[in-house]
Amino acid sequence: MNSHIHNRRGFLKKSALTTLAGMVGTEIVFAKNMPPHHVPLAFDEGLAGKHPDMVVLSDKPWNVETPPHLLDDAITPVERMFIRNNGLIPEEKIDPSAWTLTIKGESVKQTKTYKISDLKAKFKTYTYQLVLECGGNGRSGYVPQTSGNQWDQGAVSCAEWTGVRLKDILNDVGLKDDAVYIGYYGKDLHPSRDPSKVVISRGVPIKKALEEETLIAWALNGKDLPLMHGFPLRLVVGGWPASVSGKWLHTIAVRNKEHDGAKMDGHSYRVPRQTVMPGEKLAETPENFRIIESMPVKSLITFPKTGAMLDAGKSLALRGHAWAGDVAVKEVMTSIDYGSTWQKATLNAAKNRLAWQQWSAQLSFPQKGYYEVWARAIDTNGVSQPMVIPAWNPGGYLNNACHRIAVKVV
Amino acid sequence: MKTNIVFFCAAVVAFCFAAIRREPSAHPSATLTAVADSIDKETGLALDPNFMIVKAQCTSCHSPKLILQHRFTRDEWLSKIRWMQRNHKLWDLGESEKTVLDYLAKHYAPSQSAYSRREALRNVKWYKLEK
Repeated sequence: MNSHIHNRRGFLKKSALTTLAGMVGTEIVFAKNMPPHHVPLAFDEGLAGKHPDMVVLSDKPWNVETPPHLLDDAITPVERMFIRNNGLIPEEKIDPSAWTLTIKGESVKQTKTYKISDLKAKFKTYTYQLVLECGGNGRSGYVPQTSGNQWDQGAVSCAEWTGVRLKDILNDVGLKDDAVYIGYYGKDLHPSRDPSKVVISRGVPIKKALEEETLIAWALNGKDLPLMHGFPLRLVVGGWPASVSGKWLHTIAVRNKEHDGAKMDGHSYRVPRQTVMPGEKLAETPENFRIIESMPVKSLITFPKTGAMLDAGKSLALRGHAWAGDVAVKEVMTSIDYGSTWQKATLNAAKNRLAWQQWSAQLSFPQKGYYEVWARAIDTNGVSQPMVIPAWNPGGYLNNACHRIAVKVV
Repeated sequence: MKTNIVFFCAAVVAFCFAAIRREPSAHPSATLTAVADSIDKETGLALDPNFMIVKAQCTSCHSPKLILQHRFTRDEWLSKIRWMQRNHKLWDLGESEKTVLDYLAKHYAPSQSAYSRREALRNVKWYKLEK
């Protein structure tokens, strides 16, 4: 990638430097000090292949979200899939034929390493549609504001992932009876560029790791993983905060205790065990904070886009998706009067467990005017999305408040 | 320290391009507006006499958008600096720390708006629905 701007030693070619200087309007004085193979962001392919209306929250590291109306497809296309990176994408050249996955840790009977071709040959391949949602999706709704990317509602996708079951690999390796957790390790680079620092290394309890839908995946929507989404290999764990689905995966550790990798501690991907007053400070100890597991019930209106103006007398065909972490959605309701009355929507079953479900509704409006159209999903445990912003927490996680759009009948 | 300077320079160059590539813009749902009269085109940060020091200290490791997304009190900004020093190898800012905090507290402080469980929908771009 980008070899046209580097010479054979990995330093930027003079012509590329001239281009850089032209763009910056000054000489690149310290060009010879740039790390070999460093790719300046101007040449970075971070947004390559992404829809032009994706919203960039950060470009270092890349964090990009999808406006709800672009999520209308049942299977999210790559160009409309959100990006959440904690670190920088690997800069080394990736050769998938040389890439390996190592399974190790206190609770394996042996350490074992597989090439991707071994995984494909040795284990049965499965394809699932899986919802990946950032634990911080909706963070911008919390007051007072909490640290982190201020996601609106678009840090979610449901794409088709292909790979092998982690349980089949772990069965081949052999687990000890004391296995309680897995932790992943990827090849992303720490924002400080210190290669000794781990960017993020999270995981799930062994029970979740052994579910049929937990995949070691090499393909997304039928094609090789894009670099931004973890090429050539990643973990995919549907229904839980997407941060457990490690990208650029090279190692999985099977632990005899809760995994203690980077971003498993403090209030990272954790919420208070006891709810707190908005803004309340709380010591970041495991006694005070619990790890987020299944994501809460949620829905999106993906058609029409907010701001629709409709002629009086016409009905409105509304549609979207609903999902509920480890469980399914039982019912979706819509309201045009701020929740005073609700109408039941038509709801489809999921393609497979942990996929989102499509819903639709035909709405009519009593008279001209400004309306907010609200959608509310209820899961199979009877738990509903709240209309107001849910429990404030220091990390700004798990805002599953109802989505709504503005509609004018004219 | 020398390594830091090298990375800093590379990073300054890098983020210039990031700015060229896409105009930094506030998040659409942000209810917050900067108080500055003028904005630096490359970074989107407020221009004032302390701007260059902030640009040098803060955008070497991360996007200026990480600042632009947030509104914190001076103490909260200080706690972010300490957090980056603990976890992300941020150096000791020395005498610039006060300058950086003055700047952040001036331009990126919390707004005074009342707490709302759901605010009115804002910035709706109306269009005629044809289907």
